[in-house]
Amino acid sequence: MASTEVLMAGFGGQGMLLSGKLLAHAAMEKGLEVSWLPSYGPEMRGGTANVTVCISDKPVASPYIVYPRALLVMNQPSLEKFAPRVKPGGLIVVNSSLVPVKSDRQDCQVVYVAANQVAQQAGTGRAANLVMLGVYVGWSEVVSLESTVRAIEEEFAEKAKFIPANVAAFKAGYEEGRKARGAKS
Amino acid sequence: MSKILMKGNEAVGEAAIRAGCLHFFGYPITPQSEVPEYLARRLPEVGGVFVQAESEVAASNMIYGAAGVGVRVLTTSSSPGISLMAEALSYIAACELPVVLVNMMRAGPGLGGILPAQGDYLQATKGTAHGDFHLIVLAPSSVQEAVNLVMRAFELAENYRNPVMVIGDGMIGQMMEPVEFPEPAVGKPLDPGDWALTGCKDRPRRIVNSLYLDPEACNRHNFKLTAKWQRITEAEQRSESVYLDEPCDILLTSFGMTYRICKTAADELRAEGIKVGLFRPITLAPFPYQACRAAADRAGRILDVEMNMGQMLEDVKLAVQGTKSIDFLGTAGGVVPSPEDVAKKIREVLGSAPAKNASPKPAPQKKRKDKERA
Amino acid sequence: MKKIFSATPLLVDRPTHYCPGCTHGVIHRLVAETIDELGIRERTVGIAPVGCSVLAYEYFNVDMFEASHGRAPAVATGAKRARPELIVFSYQGDGDLASIGMGEIIHAANRGEKITVIFVNNAIYGMTGGQMAPTTMPGQYSTTTPGGRNVKEVGYPVRMAELIASLRTPAFVARAAVHSPKEILRAKEYIRRAFSYQVAGTCFSLVELLSICPTNWGLSARESEKWLEREMMPYYPLGIKKEPETAEAEVKRG
Ligand SMILES: Cc1ncc(C[n+]2csc(CCOP(=O)(O)OP(=O)(O)O)c2C)c(N)n1
Ligand code: SF4
Repeated sequence: MASTEVLMAGFGGQGMLLSGKLLAHAAMEKGLEVSWLPSYGPEMRGGTANVTVCISDKPVASPYIVYPRALLVMNQPSLEKFAPRVKPGGLIVVNSSLVPVKSDRQDCQVVYVAANQVAQQAGTGRAANLVMLGVYVGWSEVVSLESTVRAIEEEFAEKAKFIPANVAAFKAGYEEGRKARGAKS
Repeated sequence: MSKILMKGNEAVGEAAIRAGCLHFFGYPITPQSEVPEYLARRLPEVGGVFVQAESEVAASNMIYGAAGVGVRVLTTSSSPGISLMAEALSYIAACELPVVLVNMMRAGPGLGGILPAQGDYLQATKGTAHGDFHLIVLAPSSVQEAVNLVMRAFELAENYRNPVMVIGDGMIGQMMEPVEFPEPAVGKPLDPGDWALTGCKDRPRRIVNSLYLDPEACNRHNFKLTAKWQRITEAEQRSESVYLDEPCDILLTSFGMTYRICKTAADELRAEGIKVGLFRPITLAPFPYQACRAAADRAGRILDVEMNMGQMLEDVKLAVQGTKSIDFLGTAGGVVPSPEDVAKKIREVLGSAPAKNASPKPAPQKKRKDKERA
Repeated sequence: MKKIFSATPLLVDRPTHYCPGCTHGVIHRLVAETIDELGIRERTVGIAPVGCSVLAYEYFNVDMFEASHGRAPAVATGAKRARPELIVFSYQGDGDLASIGMGEIIHAANRGEKITVIFVNNAIYGMTGGQMAPTTMPGQYSTTTPGGRNVKEVGYPVRMAELIASLRTPAFVARAAVHSPKEILRAKEYIRRAFSYQVAGTCFSLVELLSICPTNWGLSARESEKWLEREMMPYYPLGIKKEPETAEAEVKRG
């Protein structure tokens, strides 16, 4: 791989910053260079919270990216704001449990996943952010399933009882991502 | 030790402990509050002292006191808070005390905003406060470099007994990147030397003072400080030049995080055959004038890029002495220039047409309606 | 149908940026109503602090300053001395007033500046995300007191109303709370008296208001109200702490 970027966006509290951290963590463990740059400050309180993760086999130059390769969104304002910026040929993952509209990007692959329902089935409705991460990892394979699971286990080490449901949600998303990839090729 | 993923602000706190700094005085301000929050947790674990001062005026006077009694000490803040610290910094420099401070710059002037900016370059490097003195100013462009430079800052502060500022911006404070810390986990304490006020048991008393009512004495003191700055200027300039093995069409000058943005733009244009070189000072003060001039000599022209209205630009002009034409790209208020903005500006000044399949146009940005976390 | 509630004209008709359940909004309303009722809108100048209420200048429909952190009483001093006919009030949080601005408030009170200070004590730094305030309760968690406020290290919470009341200079100083309808009525009465003393040209006045910060206390609004009552009220007793010796009777009569 050369370099790739993913923008993860939602409302504060939906866990997209954490999803980004898990991805960065897994990529770091794989020996890749990473950066995790959040939007910070006032927007975090009930407003939108988004993070850009850059992954590269060379040191990451600009962590500030306007045109990412992939976008994961948990709310409609983020879809409207960021979808036009995704690089042609890129990926847009939309949480259709929360976003009632479709993207009009024809030149990207757009995946709709009912992340809240999928997470609910996996054991906790609160892990929709991990379903979204799963879709991205399954689609991009920028890091492996196992290394992301390890990152989840480390991140939740002090709240071990949350690990199984979060891992299950991630894996369910991963399957969706694989399917989407297959559908494309 | 293996790499860990850490926020710039937290990494700064940890770096201080690794450097053996166990004393912190500070006051919350976005976007650097994670430094005091991290140290409030960590310092008690390693037997250190954390004090939340009632203001930056107080915090900066607390580090004056702590340094005066010979301990390694840190404070951190962001732009408006640094302005309040200015007074004490003048006293600290006058008394030749070693302190390290970190400024995670935010937008200004005034209350400005909490988003990243580089508008304190001149304040840090030229006019921090009253009187003739200089801070040594170090500008990291990654979280790892922030760690390295915070640790280096303590060495410089103690070698020269001079305040040292590590200057970043909201981005480097809030961003996470992998970092590695050197062992040991807690650095050795400072040797209080022959100047600190440690109690005059078995020795003549010492005075930490900056009052010189005799003009001749004050004059001599100024010459002494200036001679010290001369030594620092000769020995401590650091910079990085990239892609200058062969002459280039244009040289980008920038510092801190802006350098990273320029790097992406440079890589993109180099792939198209436009020769773009990069220069960044790591020590903003002393500014590496000769190195900057040498880099400029390899270039057709210069584009200076900063998150301010043209502050380091003045030093670049001094370095280049009118030998090259210099353009400037600046943003402020928390607006960060994108790599695409930089690339566009380079094309503009070189008069070259934009490449095909350039990135899509940015969506018209809605005006942000943030609640200020001022 | 009888209209029993309407918006205060003294507040600009726009949504505030405060978190859901935050009582900054209640205090804004009480201050605004008072200015309205006393008919002093046109000669009132307010001063917003740095803190969650930094945007107060957007909400009060009067002339407003925005001061730097903690310096509102100094700004108020300048304004009032320059134009004594103005009614000048500052609106300050506990970080702003009791920490960084402790010097300014004490000296403004001690000089007997004829200004009114609305002091919002929510036992935390709201805006910067929940760090310790000088008024944070013993044992209370904050992001800079991860083990709870340790009074052996950082001392006890400052009782500003009592501290200022201890100054020899005449003043009106009181403390109320805004977590229940009953206490809100009392708060309103104190605020009215504080402004009235200024209108009469009598003295410095300050009302401390115990307020909630659900966001940084990590509690719901309901739980926050209970927490205020259970934890804060015993430590910060409500009531009038000090009244000026003169002109008291007239002011009381209104
Ligand atoms: C000189 C300076 N230092 C620090 C800050 C950052 N800051 C903004 S608000 C605040 C604390 C506000 O707390 P408080 O007064 O209790 O008001 P609240 O937000 O709780 O209403 C701080 C430290 C600043 N803006 N300026
Ligand atoms: S952070 Fe606290 S004080 Fe500030 S608006 Fe929210 S609830 Fe109110």
